[in-house]
Amino acid sequence: MSTSFTHARATQTAPGERVDFGRRVLVVRRRGIAVRLEWRSVLVCAALALAAAGMAVLALMTGSYRLGPDQVLSALAGGETGLVHDIVVEWRLPRVAAALVFGAALGASGAVLQSLLRNPLADPGIIGFTQGSYTGALIVILVVNGTYWQLVGGALLGGMATALAVYVLAYKQGVQGFRLIVVGIGVSAMLESLNIWLVLKADLEQAMAAAAWGAGSLNGVSWDQVAIGGAAITVLLLLAGLLSRPMRQMELGDDAAASQGVRVAPARLWLIVVGVALTATVTAASGPIVFISLVAPQIARRLARTARIALAPAAFVGALLCLAADYIAQHLAPTPLPVGVVTVVLGGGYLGWLLFTEARRRL
Amino acid sequence: MAALALRHDGPDTAAVSGPRRRALGLTAALVLLLVLVVLSVMIGSTTIAPTVVWDALVHPAADIDQFAIRDYRLPRTAVGLVVGMALGVAGALIQAVTRNPLADPGIFGVHAGASFAVTVAVGVFGVSGVAGYMWFAFAGALAVTLLVLALGSTRRGRSPVVMVLAGVCVGAVLGGARDGLQLTDPDAFDAMRSWVAGSLVGRPLDVVWPVLPLFAIALVLAFAVTGPLNAMALGDDLAKSHGVRLVRTRVLAVAALTLLAGGATAIAGPIGFVGLMVPHVARWLVGPDQRWIFAYSVLLAPSLLLAADILGRIVMRPSEIPVGIVTAFVGAPVLLALVRRKKASGL
Repeated sequence: MSTSFTHARATQTAPGERVDFGRRVLVVRRRGIAVRLEWRSVLVCAALALAAAGMAVLALMTGSYRLGPDQVLSALAGGETGLVHDIVVEWRLPRVAAALVFGAALGASGAVLQSLLRNPLADPGIIGFTQGSYTGALIVILVVNGTYWQLVGGALLGGMATALAVYVLAYKQGVQGFRLIVVGIGVSAMLESLNIWLVLKADLEQAMAAAAWGAGSLNGVSWDQVAIGGAAITVLLLLAGLLSRPMRQMELGDDAAASQGVRVAPARLWLIVVGVALTATVTAASGPIVFISLVAPQIARRLARTARIALAPAAFVGALLCLAADYIAQHLAPTPLPVGVVTVVLGGGYLGWLLFTEARRRL
Repeated sequence: MAALALRHDGPDTAAVSGPRRRALGLTAALVLLLVLVVLSVMIGSTTIAPTVVWDALVHPAADIDQFAIRDYRLPRTAVGLVVGMALGVAGALIQAVTRNPLADPGIFGVHAGASFAVTVAVGVFGVSGVAGYMWFAFAGALAVTLLVLALGSTRRGRSPVVMVLAGVCVGAVLGGARDGLQLTDPDAFDAMRSWVAGSLVGRPLDVVWPVLPLFAIALVLAFAVTGPLNAMALGDDLAKSHGVRLVRTRVLAVAALTLLAGGATAIAGPIGFVGLMVPHVARWLVGPDQRWIFAYSVLLAPSLLLAADILGRIVMRPSEIPVGIVTAFVGAPVLLALVRRKKASGL
C-alpha cells in the first residue's frame, strides 16, 4: 500500500505529475485500485467517528442503572460478566448500534437525493418517500399481518412506488426541483391521511403497535433487526459509494455528465433506488425518523467544506445526529420520547434556518 | 348578509361574467349548500327519511331517529357550516394577502400552530373547554402566520414555493413538538386524540357559541379589506398610488385570518386543503374580483366540507372517516394540478 500526499501548486501538469485540485488530497493505491480522498473530508470523518464513539459510550453509560466508562469499555471488550454485561451488550448496545447504523443510512440517503435533485431541500420525509414506506409497511402490518421480511419488502415497495409517482406527477418537460418538492408535499399529505385511515380501520391492538411505530422510535430494537438492517444498509452504502462518481458528475447537469461518459439514465435510476432503499430499510425497522436525511448532508458539506454534497461525511454526521437525538429523546426529555419527535423538531428548525439564509438567496 | 349587499356595488372589473350571472351563481351555491345541509342530516350510519327529519324539527318526539337527528346530526351539520365558512374565507384571505396560489392555512402550518398552542393549553396549563383554549389557538395561528410570512419573503419579493416550504417546515416542527408534548402527558393525549385528526364528530354546539361572535367580526373584517386587496393584486406600488394603506390592510387581513383559522382549528381540529381548493373554484367561476371570490367562498367552503363529511360517513359504513382525511384526499390532487400548471407564480 502506498500513500502519498499532494499539495503541489503546479501551474502545468507534465505526464506523471500530480494534478493540483486546490485541496490536499490523500491517494490510496492498492492492487490497481486507486482512490483519491480529500484530506479534509478524511479528517472530518475521523473526528465525527470519534465523536460518535464518545457519544455511544455516554449512551451506554446512561440509564436507570448508571455505569462508569471503564465498566462500559470492559463490557464491550468482553471483560464483564453478569448484570453489567447484560445491560451493556444485551440491552443498551442494540439501540446504540441501531441509532448509528440507521443514522448513517439516513444521512447517505439524504446526500444521494439532494445531489440527484440538485436541491438542498430534497428530503425523503418532505417529498413523501418516508410516508410511502410507512404506508407500505402499515399495509403489511394491518392487512397481511406479515413477518419482518415482508415488512421490509412492503416499506421498500411503498417507498419506490411513491418515488415513482412523485417523479411522474412532477414530470413536465423535465423535472424541475421545486415542482417536484411541492408535488411531493401534496403526495405526502395524501399518504399521511391514508396512514391515519389505515390505523383507524385496524383493531385497537394492531393500531396501537402501528401508531407507536409511526412516531419513529428505537424502542425495542433487537439484535436481529440491527443485524438484518445493518447488512442491508452496508450493501446499499457500498453501492452508493460506487455510484458517487457519476453522482458527482451529474451535479453538473445531465448533458455535462453524459459528455464525460456517464450513462445518465441508468445512473439516475440506480441512485434513486439506492436512496429510497436506504430510507425504506430504516423506516421498516424503526418507523419514520425524519429530517436527519435533510440536515446531515448540509452539515457535512459545511464541516468538510466541499462544494458538492459528499457521501461519507453525510453518513457520519447522520450517525452522530441520530445517536444524539436518541440520547436526548431517551434521557434528557421529561419522559422517554420516540426519537422521531426529537429529529422533527431539531431538523425542522434547521430547515427554517436553511430557508431563511440559503434558499432565499438563490431564488 | 354581507354577500348579498355586495351584489349591487360589485364593479365590472372581471370580464368573466356580468354581476347578474354572478348573483345567479351565488344563489345556486346557496341552494347547493341547503341541499347538502339536508343530506348531511339525512345520511349517516342509517339513512333517515326527509319526513322524519322534518318531524324531528317540527314535532319533537322520543323517537330514536329523531334523537339521532337532534343530538348528533344537527350539531354536526352546524359545526360543519361554521367551520367550513371560516376555512374558506381564511383560505381566500391567505391567498389574497400572500398573492400565492398555493396558500392554504393547513399547508402553511397555521393549523399546526393553533393545534400546538391548544395542546400546550390543555397539557401544560390545564385549560379545558373551547372558550378557554380558543385564545391559545388564536395566538398560535397568529404567531405561525407572521413567522411564515417572514420566512417566505425572499429579497426579490415573495416566492410562492418558498412560502409553502416555510409553512411545511414550521408545521412539521410544531407537529413534532405537539406529538412530544402529548406523549409526555397521557391525559392530554387522551383528551386531544379525537381532535387531532380534524373531525366534526362529537362537537356539541356549546363549542361553537364562544367562537361565533369572533367569526362574525372576522367576516366583517375580511369583506372590509376585499376592496384594498383587489388593488393590491396589481402590486404594492400601484395599490399605494390608488390610496390603499398597505400596512393597515395587511394587519386587518392577518387579524381576520388568525381569528378564522384559529377558531376553526379550536372547534374541529386541523382540517387541511379546504382553504386551498375553494378560493380557486371561486376564482374560476367569478374571475379575480376578491369581493366575489370571498362571497362565493363563504357558501362553497361549507358545501365542500359537508360533502366531504357525508362522503366520510358513506364510504366505510357503519364506521366513519374523519373529514380531515377526506379533504386531504380530495385536496392534495388539486395542489398537484396547481403546481403542474404553466407556472406556479404569484396571483
